[in-house]
Amino acid sequence: MALRQCAIYGKGGIGKSTTTQNLVSALAELGNSVMIVGCDPKADSTRLILHAKAQTTIMSLAAEAGSVEDLELEDVLKAGYRGIKCVESGGPEPGVGCAGRGVITAINFLEEEGAYDDELDFVFYDVLGDVVCGGFAMPIRENKAQEIYIVCSGEMMAMYAANNIAKGIVKYANSGSVRLAGLICNSRETAREDELISALAAKIGTTMIHFVPRDNVVQRAEIRRMTVIEYEPGHKQAQEYRDLAIKIRDNKNFVIPTPITMDELEELMMEFGIIDQEDESIIGVTAAAEATA
Amino acid sequence: MAALTKEETEALIQEVLEVYPEQARKDRAKHLAVNDQSLEKSNKCITSNRKSQPGVMTIRGCAYAGSKGVVWGPIKDMIHISHGPVGCGQYSRAGRRNYYVGTTGINTFGTMNFTSDFQEKDIVFGGDKKLAKIMNEIEELFPLNKGISIQSECPIGLIGDDIEAVAKKANKEIGKPVVPVRCEGFRGVSQSLGHHIANDAIRDWVLENRDGDDSFPTTPYDVAVIGDYNIGGDAWASRTLLEEMGLRVVAQWSGDGTIAEMEKTPKVKLNLIHCYRSMNYIARHMEEKYKIPWIEYNFFGPTKIAESLRKIAALFDETIQEGAEKVIAKYQSEYDAVIAKYKPRLQGKRVMLYVGGLRPRHVIGAYEDLGMEVVGTGYEFGHNDDYDRTIKEMGNATLIYDDVTGYEFEEFVKRVQPDLIGSGIKEKYIFQKMGIPFRQMHSWDYSGPYHGYDGFAIFARDMDMTLNNPCWKQVKVPWKTAESSDVAVAASA
Repeated sequence: MALRQCAIYGKGGIGKSTTTQNLVSALAELGNSVMIVGCDPKADSTRLILHAKAQTTIMSLAAEAGSVEDLELEDVLKAGYRGIKCVESGGPEPGVGCAGRGVITAINFLEEEGAYDDELDFVFYDVLGDVVCGGFAMPIRENKAQEIYIVCSGEMMAMYAANNIAKGIVKYANSGSVRLAGLICNSRETAREDELISALAAKIGTTMIHFVPRDNVVQRAEIRRMTVIEYEPGHKQAQEYRDLAIKIRDNKNFVIPTPITMDELEELMMEFGIIDQEDESIIGVTAAAEATA
Repeated sequence: MAALTKEETEALIQEVLEVYPEQARKDRAKHLAVNDQSLEKSNKCITSNRKSQPGVMTIRGCAYAGSKGVVWGPIKDMIHISHGPVGCGQYSRAGRRNYYVGTTGINTFGTMNFTSDFQEKDIVFGGDKKLAKIMNEIEELFPLNKGISIQSECPIGLIGDDIEAVAKKANKEIGKPVVPVRCEGFRGVSQSLGHHIANDAIRDWVLENRDGDDSFPTTPYDVAVIGDYNIGGDAWASRTLLEEMGLRVVAQWSGDGTIAEMEKTPKVKLNLIHCYRSMNYIARHMEEKYKIPWIEYNFFGPTKIAESLRKIAALFDETIQEGAEKVIAKYQSEYDAVIAKYKPRLQGKRVMLYVGGLRPRHVIGAYEDLGMEVVGTGYEFGHNDDYDRTIKEMGNATLIYDDVTGYEFEEFVKRVQPDLIGSGIKEKYIFQKMGIPFRQMHSWDYSGPYHGYDGFAIFARDMDMTLNNPCWKQVKVPWKTAESSDVAVAASA
């Protein structure tokens, strides 16, 4: 089986890293050889696999050694649960330097050092919430990830973000082979959430590949720096991640997305009661002014 | 060959523009003009200080070049850190021939390259800590430095390093001026914005240092020379004349200059501006804040020198005015002899120029003193106030070209057939191969000074030895004469 490279995007805090690690564990359970590449300076994309606080990153090791050329693959690549290979690009603390360049440097290093070997079935890039600059688009450039999964929920901002990410994918899809492969709904238990995300997915040309329900076991496992798959394999939530893994394994639905306009998106949200019909008479009116009116 | 008429020059411009695609043609048309002395404002005929067209060969530099290379670099007792990857500092090191007196590496640092030599990790994690460390090392290794400037290269602006905070902290620790300059190369359309940014940095971080300190004894004859970079010793040849007429030159900006001189400049009575383009900003600021008047002058060639000396003297009392006349009289026999020797050899020769700063207009007088005519000129990074000052200096129907492209310049030269071209190193070999004598007029072709009476003698000699060099007779190959090529065509037919 040829190596499949997938990138996970989505609004910050939506649960990308948790979902990715649980999904990857399930894929490993199914007998796949998988690697996770964390593309976030916070370096928290592999902690549940490695039972670690934060993996030592490529960039911090490079800074210590002098330059990235001084590193060997085994310095940065750690194996965790079921042999899942883990690597974190790393980057600066907030407010200094260039995190985007860190991602570029790290991914180039992995390629040059042959981290993407023939044994691998899947690589997952877990990317920072917003594609704020070219560096964070690195995982979806030519010859990198070809499948993109967007994690979202029925909350307004999560849907905005998903639509925006779809816009970003169009740019790279038109010049390369990257495709949108589906929305993963990580439930926040909003009203008619599965219908809403399915409708959004249909509008942007894809499907909701799986609806992951909310369950406290995810947090219980996280406290122990474990995935649900490892912490409580018999739990029904573990089965949800296995279902997601199987759907992704068998997924053939790769599309150039058709992102919708702001108006269309708001219309959709109104239809599902996420936002009210816009009342133009209240725009720009302060509470004080309302009281005197 | 005979001078072009206005119509012929206009037709030439149209012909040259012909090859461009429509958009580029429309844009470039605004940068090419036929001189018309009757115009008061250049914006009637030419547009300048705009982004260069992609795809053409432009001769411009960047904001870093304008700040580090021009304004700050020559201040000899400061250390100028090229902050970023190594290339910007290393490939511009000591290239501009800003002469200075001092012991390099001990109390002066002009020809040395100090750089933070950015590596990948400095981009990713930021370079502020490295910069602070470099400044400590500089203090240890070069304790006689009088201050540090931080010249930003492009990445500094991209990754958002807070060099101002680092500068303030270092200033407290080492007790010397530490000046952050935000001259990232991608800012602006040419080196011109770099001059402006550098001027602003002087305003914000240097000029006020001695406000309220009257310990420096002043005289009524204190002046500052602003915008002379002492290329090949230019500022020295200028300073002598000013001193001989009775003025006291308190500061030289920035050729052979020091930070102490800059700090004392707000105490002078008059600012003398040579390169208006690169330093008018600071002169205007001093006029506004310290009420110091400023005037432009031109020390190329005896006519302009005498004119300038009298113009400067008119702003002082009679002793200075007499002094100016004495200086002009004192050197008369010298420059008359120069003209007597070289004018017969250069009379009637036609020159095309394409340079930066003040030269496209300032050197015209020196050529005219030798009986030569400037038939085309243009600025790399001029603004319209430069062209305003150029219209009257150039003859009617001569060519004016702004940010000229390699193609345009070559085509103009082919048609105008000047006897001499004065431009930069990138143009030099192309035109020499075309068989046209060439002088590199950025660095005086490793000669100089060209300013002042001393400089004029060297200028005249250099133009003569270039123009009348016997080699030019050898570069025209015999089989390419008109008759022989006719024969060749006939034979191949």
